[in-house]
Amino acid sequence: MSFGQDGAEGVLRLEGITKRFGALVANDGISLTLHRGEVLALLGENGAGKTTLMNILFGHYVADQGSVSVFGQPLPPGQPKAALAAGVGMVHQHFTLAEQMSVLDNITLGTQSLWRLGLGQGAARARVAQLSRDFGLAVDPMARVADLSVGERQRVEILKALYRDARILILDEPTAVLTPQEAEALFQTLRLATARGLSVIFISHKLHEVMGHSDTCVVLRHGRVVGQVATRDTDRARLAAMMVGGDLAEASVAPGVAGPVRLSLRGVQAGPLRDVTLDLRGGQITGLAGVSGNGQAALADLIGGMRAPERGEMRIEGQAVTAWTPRAALAAGVGRIPEDRHKTGTVGDFSLAENAVLETYASRFARGGFVDWAAVRRHTEALISGYDVRCPGPEARIRLLSGGNMQKLILGRVLEEAPGILIANQPVRGLDVGAIAYVHAQLVAARDAGAAVLLISEDLDEVMGLSDEIHVISEGRLSPGFARGSLGPAQIGLWMAGQGFSDGGADAA
Amino acid sequence: MRLEPVAQPGLARQIGFPALALLATLGVGMILAAIAGADPFAVLGQIVIGAVGSRLALLETLNRATPLIFTGLAIAVAFRAKLWNIGAEAQLYAGAIVTVALGTGVLGGPVVLPISALAAMLAGALVLLGPVLLKVRLGVDEVVTTLLFNFIMALFVSYLLEGPMKDPMGMGWPKSPALIPEARLPRMAEGLRLHWGFGLALISAVGVWVIQTRTTLGFEMRAVGANLRAARFAGMPVTSVLIKTALLSGGLAALAGWAQVAGVKGHLSADLSPGFGYTGIIVAMLALLHPLGVVVSALFVAGVFVGADAMSRAAGVPTYIADMLLAAALLFMVLALALTRVRVVRG
Repeated sequence: MSFGQDGAEGVLRLEGITKRFGALVANDGISLTLHRGEVLALLGENGAGKTTLMNILFGHYVADQGSVSVFGQPLPPGQPKAALAAGVGMVHQHFTLAEQMSVLDNITLGTQSLWRLGLGQGAARARVAQLSRDFGLAVDPMARVADLSVGERQRVEILKALYRDARILILDEPTAVLTPQEAEALFQTLRLATARGLSVIFISHKLHEVMGHSDTCVVLRHGRVVGQVATRDTDRARLAAMMVGGDLAEASVAPGVAGPVRLSLRGVQAGPLRDVTLDLRGGQITGLAGVSGNGQAALADLIGGMRAPERGEMRIEGQAVTAWTPRAALAAGVGRIPEDRHKTGTVGDFSLAENAVLETYASRFARGGFVDWAAVRRHTEALISGYDVRCPGPEARIRLLSGGNMQKLILGRVLEEAPGILIANQPVRGLDVGAIAYVHAQLVAARDAGAAVLLISEDLDEVMGLSDEIHVISEGRLSPGFARGSLGPAQIGLWMAGQGFSDGGADAA
Repeated sequence: MRLEPVAQPGLARQIGFPALALLATLGVGMILAAIAGADPFAVLGQIVIGAVGSRLALLETLNRATPLIFTGLAIAVAFRAKLWNIGAEAQLYAGAIVTVALGTGVLGGPVVLPISALAAMLAGALVLLGPVLLKVRLGVDEVVTTLLFNFIMALFVSYLLEGPMKDPMGMGWPKSPALIPEARLPRMAEGLRLHWGFGLALISAVGVWVIQTRTTLGFEMRAVGANLRAARFAGMPVTSVLIKTALLSGGLAALAGWAQVAGVKGHLSADLSPGFGYTGIIVAMLALLHPLGVVVSALFVAGVFVGADAMSRAAGVPTYIADMLLAAALLFMVLALALTRVRVVRG
């Protein structure tokens, strides 16, 4: 392992990387240089080409043009092993760990010769312990990966890379799954790494992380580098502007006018949800903050009709609900923006028109068992123009649309029914900044039209920026509601981590 | 060498690869003919002539296509909803049994045919209903249950033909008594050896196409098949859709049995179907599950069988070549479909 001469060369150099997928140019002549001890943030909306670029660097894809060199040596294309050997370590967004094996086994997997298996465990263990200490990566090497939290698993992934002598760490959206405290610890680790001469590239959507923890920002748009700046010379507004190509006004949402309670839950038990009590008021956005996997999906399913209360009471407009199904929820005026627009929200092989009436084909567009396709087409055309869906037309397969345009169609499908209650579960996940602003504006408009909006998001900025009232969910428990501005991010972080709940399972709230 | 997905296959790919599949199939046929010691070109020519080369051959092909259209539609309807009905053979025999039961004197007059058709459909539907209820209630894999029903039904037919339904005048042959004349399907034109089952098969294909593209039920069937989760989330009655799909699929397969008994054989025997229920899967897959495409692919498959029969008599090459040609056609077509969606890149 050479420790790399720095200077103009850098430890990692991408030159003129171009990659096409059919007509789509995912990367268009991208060049960038990473220096020793540097943290480089790679920014860009979804589909800007960040992941493609990292996959080329790591040898998963072969670039059509351009070259990659590490420590001055050109890297042969298409060989992840060569990237590993050259000292490039990658932490994917979705971890690649063997759940049934121990942390130590996962870290050493593939680094030992077969006939030496079982030997050298002591040395390996000492080395992992040393790395854990040096980089602030606390994790029990003997624990089974399946028993670890998401944050711990990520530490194992980083240890895995360090154990293989990685000098360059690449992290793909590393904080997407972490609590604020865990994210802070991660950045602490990255600082320790750069202090030891390692270099880091991390991919992110979150401007505050980029501003707080990087030395250099590289912004990609439509597969091209649109800006490379030293972080200290820029600010969030300018980075956002570079990402979307225009200046974005800082989101400022006027508070809503609280109306009557449209939906109430009293001591509801359903799947992972424990004694949940919640009021959703018309004219108000209620935000639900929390780390993913703490019962958000169950709550969305409950209100959306996919799950019935096992215990407790659920009322809509004062009426107790019985026989709760998606169709009953739709009939009761519940609009649903699902978390996963590909798997749950749309049928990929169906046209935009077919997807536009997925929920209303029977109630609004059928006559005697036949679908009135002419009316469906008119309705879809109105949605496309009313909600600015960029597409070839109502007959195009929805699979071909970008995430933002797909979400706009779903938004239109739901809002056209003028729902009294609107559940927006991760409504802007994976969207570009422009689409995010649009979706948020529509949610606020629905609120102002009198809808009770439940906004579920793992992005605290989003929840705090839009909500009139915030609840925090942790292990299926719901915190009391906090009025807008009454709680800071740090306090919310504590609730997310499970502090503050009066445990013991009171039956009535 | 590696494979990369193609987001939007162009027209050249969509036509080119299936065309290559057809050529490859012909190539396999010629190699097989050469192995059998015959002139490859002559063999292929005789298959074509035997299938469509004369009025008699053409009519025979249309007759042979009739049950295949019905079973192909049955499979296409079910597979479109991702309901894996491998039991069209059993449903076909259920239809045939009911047709014989009602057509040998229990009923008389012009009502026999429509009643036996409806009753046959009901029987086929019920045969598929059991496995589907097991699937939606208990999660039992319908591939296994519907497949095994084929064997149960084959044994049941043997029992009937040796027992309750045995023709007393049959000289000991395991066959049922013959249908009464009113229970037989008339020919589509005077002097034409083509019965009305073919016409009804065409009408059924159009009917299925209308159901799938124009009705709420068809919309639900396609949505359940294309994305079960989204269909459920959108509030579609998934269980009831699957049951209705099963009833339609089983009913269509049963019509194949009804048409074979009432239109061709005139009685029930254990060799009524040379695997029409299974060949229906090939027919449906070659048609990409499109109901109108089923008609085309059923004609193609029937033509290969009929043509191979004629060729065999003339050239002495075994008719097994037909099965092998169809198997090759299906494999190449599946491969061609996969290849339209990926490209091979070097590196």
